[in-house]
Parts: sequence; C-alpha cells; structure tokens
Amino acid sequence: MSETDVRADVTVDAVGSSCPGPLMDLIGKMKSVDSGTVVELLSSNEGTEDDLVEWTEQSGYEYLGAVDRDDHQAFYVRKS
Amino acid sequence: MTERIVIVGAGTAGIVLANNLADELADEIDAGDVAVELVNDTEEHVYKPTWLYVPFGEKTPADATRPLAPLVDDRVTLVIDRVDDVDTESKAVSLVSRAETRPYDHLVLAMGAQVTPEETPGLAEGGHHFYGPAGATALREELSDFTEGHLVVSVVGVPHMCPVAPLEFALIADAWFRDHGLRDDVELTYTYPIGRAHGIEAVAEWAGPLMDERDITVETFFNAERVDPDDEVIHTVEGRDLDYDLLVAIPPHDGSDLVRDAGLGDDGWVDVDPNTLEARGADDVYALGDVADLPTSKAGSAAHYAAGALADRLASVARGERPTAEYDGKTVCFIESGTDEATYIAFDYDESPVPKEPSKLIHWSKLGYNQSYWLTARGVL
Ligand SMILES: Cc1cc2nc3c(=O)[nH]c(=O)nc-3n(C[C@H](O)[C@H](O)[C@H](O)COP(=O)(O)OP(=O)(O)OC[C@H]3O[C@@H](n4cnc5c(N)ncnc54)[C@H](O)[C@@H]3O)c2cc1C
Repeated sequence: MSETDVRADVTVDAVGSSCPGPLMDLIGKMKSVDSGTVVELLSSNEGTEDDLVEWTEQSGYEYLGAVDRDDHQAFYVRKS
Repeated sequence: MTERIVIVGAGTAGIVLANNLADELADEIDAGDVAVELVNDTEEHVYKPTWLYVPFGEKTPADATRPLAPLVDDRVTLVIDRVDDVDTESKAVSLVSRAETRPYDHLVLAMGAQVTPEETPGLAEGGHHFYGPAGATALREELSDFTEGHLVVSVVGVPHMCPVAPLEFALIADAWFRDHGLRDDVELTYTYPIGRAHGIEAVAEWAGPLMDERDITVETFFNAERVDPDDEVIHTVEGRDLDYDLLVAIPPHDGSDLVRDAGLGDDGWVDVDPNTLEARGADDVYALGDVADLPTSKAGSAAHYAAGALADRLASVARGERPTAEYDGKTVCFIESGTDEATYIAFDYDESPVPKEPSKLIHWSKLGYNQSYWLTARGVL
C-alpha cells in the first residue's frame, strides 16, 4: 500500500518502543476510539507486523496494511 | 556558586541516586560547591516487592516500609513535600505544602509509576490486585476465604511494575492451593495481552510449558475492555468473555501529570535517552526508575543500576568533567515459581535473558535479597 491509500484518524507513535510496547499502545488506543476509526501505528520494532496481523485476526479488527518510512513503519488498523 | 541537584521521589531510584551522589561528591558537598536535595511526598520508603507475599500471608505491608530519613545520607537534604509543578524554563520545582519553588541546576525525576484500576470500567469494583498495600491486604482476606472456584490472574496494563510479578503470583497461587489441599477445587487462568505468556520471549518460552505442567490455563491476546462486577465477567477488546470467581488483575499504570504538564512525555513517562537518561524535552533534566520511558522493564533492579550510572554522570558534571558512564539496560529479576523455589533472569539492552532451572537456592537468595534491600537503599550494595 502507499501513503495515499489510507487516511488515519488517529496516530499512535511508538517509534523506539520495544516489544510489546507498540502493540500495547495500539490496543490501548483502540479501547478509546469509536467503531470505524482508522488508527495509524508508527513502530520501528521488527516484530510489530507479525504481532499486529495475529492480533487483528483474533480481534476481528481490520488490518489495512503498512507503509515503510525512513526509520520506521506505519501500520493501519480499522476498529470494527 | 553552589550547584544544586534536585531529585524528585525517594523510591528505589531516587534514594540510591541520592546516596551514591553523597558518596561520590562528599568533598564537594562539604565544601559547599554542590548541594543534593531529595524531595519525597511521604516520610517513608517503600520496598514494593514485599507486596507479592502479602496476599499469601507471608508478609505484611508494614514489612515493606521503613522511615526514610535514617536511610538517607546526612549530606543529602531531605525535603518531605509533594512537587506539583516542574518548570523547565526557569529551572525550578514547586512544593505543595510550603507553597514555594526550589531552583535546580540539575533535576532528576524519579516519581515511579501509579496504578490506575479506574481506567478500566468495572475493574476497581470487580477486581483485586497486589500492587499496593491496601489492595494486597484486601486480596489476602479474599484468598483466605477462597476454597473453590475460578481464580483469574489477568494482566490488564502493560507496561507495569515488575515484568514477572503476574507470573509469580499465578505460580505461587498454584503451589499455595496445593499446600492447602485445595488445588483440585480451584481452576486457575492467567491472561496476557499479546500472543504469548509474557512480553519477554525467553520468559514466555519458559513459562508456557510450566503453566501447562501446573494446570494453569493461559489465555493470550486477552485485553480486558471492561469488567462486569455483578455477573463476574471480563469482556475483552477481542470480543471474548471470561467468567471468574476471584479476579486478580495487574491494573493499568500511569506515569505522572507533572511529566505531561512539563512537556517531557505525552503519556506521563519521561522521554529519555536510554543510555544517558537525559530527558529529550528539556536541558539538565533526567529521569530514573519507573517514570522513565526506557526499553527495559519497570523493575527496582533496573532503577538501581541506572541510578549508579546517573550518579557517575552527575558527579562528573558537577566536577566540571565530561560524563562517560552510561546505563546499558542491565536488569535482574528473581522469579518465584512456587512457594519454595525460584529462578532469575538477567538482561540488558542487547542481551536477552535465559531463565535458569528453578531451585530452592534461588528462592532463598530472593528472600535474602528482600532483607538486604535496605542496604541497597542506603547505597551500600
Ligand atoms: C508487587 C510488586 C512486586 C515487585 N517485584 C519486583 C522485583 O521482584 N524485582 C524488581 O526489581 N522490581 C520489582 N518491583 C518493581 C519495583 O518496585 C519498582 O520498579 C521500583 O519501586 C521503581 O522505583 P522508583 O524509584 O522508580 O519508584 P517508586 O519506588 O515507586 O518511588 C517513587 C517515589 O516517588 C514519590 N513521589 C511520587 N510523586 C511525587 C511527587 N510529585 N512529589 C514528591 N514525591 C513523589 C513516591 O512517594 C515514592 O516514594 C515490584 C513492584 C511491585 C508493585
């Protein structure tokens, strides 16, 4: 996906956090936003994508994809 | 001019730092060139790991507490008051009851972490915890009455103090019920927010089979959204429901409003350089212990080692030298794996831990350390 494919409503910046920080920051945010909200998670941690994909499969939230940035990745998830 | 080092918080981080500084800068303090001031909002020092043993009747909250003043070196000025504002522009902190501000040249924030069960609806009413003296005492009462049913140990908040305490609680509870001949009547479940039993991979690999062996059900990707105290059900973000008879939760944690208000970290944890512990949001401000946003655990041992490195750095700066000491993330955690055996993990920013085979010897070492902690606080160990 590319930067223009999706527009995030909220950004969670977890760059520099080690596991499970990024996923936990995302889940924490997910608790407080409305259904349909697209949350962008910024992470530089290698394991984030696998964890995130697994979590969205379990939770039924929609994983929209990732974009590579210079020193981190941006992941997009929609709350169901 | 006297160079003023002000430390906010006299928990493990603040007290070890203050005592180490008093030692390293003894001559400069005696000559009036340096002053070290330690501000704490209570007259007591608390050794929080004691609380793990309170629910099982092995310790009391009083065992966790000692008067602060005798633990602090005479060269340190101890101020009992609460800091309610940090002004990094004018370089001063405000004290609540004295209604005054204190200037600093170097400020170290070491206010620890606060538990906030109220953040999860229903949790404060429906759950118990051992993350505070009152919670641990109330849980002791519940456990002493609990002879059958479903006990759920649920990690609701991450990060939380002591990465392994929830696992320890589940494993001790298992052994404790066995010791009391109740284990067949008690179902035990442990829940964790991510897809394995623990955030640290090596610990998860060690704990998974052990929990299996002990007949403790592990539920992963389990994030409590709300608790229904009347029906005794946990509802998760993932859409699952879990019934409980006794819920022991690791509550969500929060840093400090002081940090947010001072622009030092949006989420209440101070954004710092993990090696130098310097705050990124202001000059001459450092953070130590649980309030620092570090890529290691919120553990007393991490606070202790980081305090040693920061004491070296600040002593160098106060002497006009370039600081070279750095904190490498060193953390050591004992893990109780029953009522009479334990293991431990040691790790840093680069090295992952490898849990050792649990033994009685390590269990006794942990109990021994719990006693000798008071020497750590005084800066002796
Ligand atoms: C149940 C439990 C078991 C644990 N087990 C272990 C273990 O086995 N091993 C381990 O390494 N760690 C363990 N820990 C974690 C360890 O206790 C903490 O990591 C450690 O206490 C952190 O030290 P600190 O100095 O950062 O914070 P704290 O010890 O919390 O101290 C903070 C201090 O700041 C003061 N303060 C706060 N705000 C203000 C203010 N505005 N003004 C003035 N003073 C203020 C507080 O009163 C307190 O004295 C455990 C924790 C718990 C809860």
